[in-house]
Amino acid sequence: MRYLISPWTLARRGILGINQRNRQYIARYNPRSLFPLVDNKLKTRETLADAGIPMANLIGVVETQSQVAQAADLVAHTSGFAIKPAKGSGGKGILVVTQRDGDEFIKASGARVSRADLTRHVANIQSGLYSLAGAADVALIEDLIRPTSHFDGFTVEGVPDIRVIVCRGYPVMAMVRLSTHASDGKANLHQGAVGVGLNMATGKAISAVQHGRPLTHHPDSGRCLADLEIPDWQRLLELAAQCYDVTGLGYLGIDIVIDRDRGPLLLELNARPGLAIQLANDTGLLPRLRQLDALTGAALRRSAEARTRYSQEWFA
Amino acid sequence: MTRAGINFWALIVGLLVVGVALTLHRHWVYEVPLIHGETQTVWSVEARVEFMADDGPVKVSMARPSDQPGFTLLRQSGASPGYGLNFTEDSDPRAVWAIRHASGRQQLYYQTDLLESTFNGAEEVAPPKLFRPDWQEPYRTAVDSIFADAYAASADHYSLARELIKRVNEVDAPQHVLLLRRAYAGRLPYLLAEMLNHANIAASVVFGLELRDGRRRQQLTPLLRVWDGDDSQVFSVASENSDVPMMLWEQRGAPVLDVIGGYDSRIRFSMLRREESTYSALNDSLPAQQSLLNFSIHSLPVEEQAMFKSILLLPVGALVVCLLRIVIGIRTSGTFMPVLIAIAFMQTSLGTGIVGFILVVGTGLLVRSYLSRLNLLLVARISAVIMTVIAIISVFSVLSYKLGLTEGLKIMFFPMIILAWTIERMSILWEEEGGREVMIQGGGSLLTAVLAYGAMQHPLVQHLTFNFMGVQFVILALILLLGSYTGYRLFELHRFAVLKR
Repeated sequence: MRYLISPWTLARRGILGINQRNRQYIARYNPRSLFPLVDNKLKTRETLADAGIPMANLIGVVETQSQVAQAADLVAHTSGFAIKPAKGSGGKGILVVTQRDGDEFIKASGARVSRADLTRHVANIQSGLYSLAGAADVALIEDLIRPTSHFDGFTVEGVPDIRVIVCRGYPVMAMVRLSTHASDGKANLHQGAVGVGLNMATGKAISAVQHGRPLTHHPDSGRCLADLEIPDWQRLLELAAQCYDVTGLGYLGIDIVIDRDRGPLLLELNARPGLAIQLANDTGLLPRLRQLDALTGAALRRSAEARTRYSQEWFA
Repeated sequence: MTRAGINFWALIVGLLVVGVALTLHRHWVYEVPLIHGETQTVWSVEARVEFMADDGPVKVSMARPSDQPGFTLLRQSGASPGYGLNFTEDSDPRAVWAIRHASGRQQLYYQTDLLESTFNGAEEVAPPKLFRPDWQEPYRTAVDSIFADAYAASADHYSLARELIKRVNEVDAPQHVLLLRRAYAGRLPYLLAEMLNHANIAASVVFGLELRDGRRRQQLTPLLRVWDGDDSQVFSVASENSDVPMMLWEQRGAPVLDVIGGYDSRIRFSMLRREESTYSALNDSLPAQQSLLNFSIHSLPVEEQAMFKSILLLPVGALVVCLLRIVIGIRTSGTFMPVLIAIAFMQTSLGTGIVGFILVVGTGLLVRSYLSRLNLLLVARISAVIMTVIAIISVFSVLSYKLGLTEGLKIMFFPMIILAWTIERMSILWEEEGGREVMIQGGGSLLTAVLAYGAMQHPLVQHLTFNFMGVQFVILALILLLGSYTGYRLFELHRFAVLKR
């Protein structure tokens, strides 16, 4: 029985399953008409920027075939930037350049990228190579996020991102995803990144998993994961809570990165957030979600700051 | 319970009640058995005659089947607007259509139901008159030589016929046999009948129909019938015999179709297998079009029914997919792609199907990995993959044919566009997530396809879906129920196993 857990144990521990997530949370709280807002990063940007939610600076957007050739000119004066497909999912098609060396660009992993490679990547994004269902797409070029020293030794190559589940505007659960050699610098859990569950009140680490199994130390640097603490925690949760007011989506996964100079920045929104966060926290989502399901009236009209305070109190 | 919840359960219960009621109604009123097996097999065969009329009176005479060993004629009917129709009942059963004036393309239908039975009440068919064929040289010598050989190696008329068939079909045939085979290509039964008649043995070419469930646009097979006194036997002249039941459409050596006042005539057959209770089959109590409650596909022409037979199985495949994805949590590439693959398996047989699928997808992935280096735009790339799939299927068909593996020809039944999309999706998956994920999803798809195939080709499932419309309502209710399942998937029990404490 080491490979299986009984459904009763799962239910007792309040674990949310995919079927229940799809039917009772996504289908109930996320109107289909609002999905394009999160599935298209350009739209997300426009909507959130109007509401004053901080995000990485946009260097440029490559929208038409004729602009592809000029893509490299857009980044002529920046040394670090990220190119993303607007409709990409799961971190696909994201090219992160941290430095330049003459005419060449150097990726986070140290690999070199020529001007022609860069142009081709942008053309691929436009043709829909990375977008859902292969639809035509546009490429976003954003400023590079500068990592803070708080994560030194906790991450390899990439910048860690913090996932917060927000239900009906209340932050429910959070984890930080740390890249490893195994994940090739990416912060995707199924590619081998480490997921660390976070205490909602303090932003301190609770427990950690990699490949679905618990661990205590970072596999590459050996740092003790229990020492991890997210800076600016309060502001970060408030930022996540605000996204509900702006989008109207009642069940959201919000990805936030912390910039050395600008603090928490919104990275992307996800209307179908995964369930691995429960493994990282070693806690089920259901008891917390049920508490929020029961809210009515005034409790749903509180400000983002108030909701964050309640969440920290309830879910600590 | 919320109002939406009550509505939902009312819908489910309603569907179940309608489904069960329709099923029982059909069972009780029309005596269609619920369990496959306590039944007799009935073949509905439809002949469609097409010709161009000469702008004047037209008379069409078509041979029709009669009772024979293995089959009993239950009922027959014809449809053809404006034509008078007669079934002649004397020694030569035929259907005769006539009209004073017709022009343009004409279509006449004849439909008959035949009960598969061991009962043999068929009359003996009297031997036809002998005729005296004559051959030109060099055929005469060849014929004499073959006949002499066969005659020496046989004891009676039937063994003589068998010897003759063996000789003309020989693989390493001597020169004179090859000569005849070329001259009589496609008309070998006629040659044999002529040879037997030449030796004063009554023989003629009759026509049989291979009964294969759900086939359309079939043609008759010429067969050799040999008499010994009033007794007779039918021989297949083809070198390889299939184990498909053969029904004699024309038993006496008369022409199958005779059109006076028209040209360009041809005849095609569709057929369908049905299970009926002995009672209803023998009492002819399945009036096809009378009852409104019998508003079912069974009132359609046989050709359309044959198509529906496989369409009605699709919901079963969909149900299997729902079960595997929602309750088990198997990942597949493309939601209903496995069902379409399963349908292809039904045409090809399982082993051939799996090998073919792996060959086509595997080869396709290799080619696709080259295409991905060309950085093509999506639509062009998919089109290229479609052509690749067509090429692969053609090459494998030719190759297997040359190697003598006729089984390999069935690879043509695969849905090519679907396969192209599968290859495209798997290839992207490979680049993004690695080969492991491709194996998981590819294996999941194949497993789902095999299970869907298992369900769809089960005789009981086929019997129920085709004979009882009510079953469709029950399946719909089950699918809706599955759609409201919020419990854990089997795979989640594994995924969250580390939480156990």
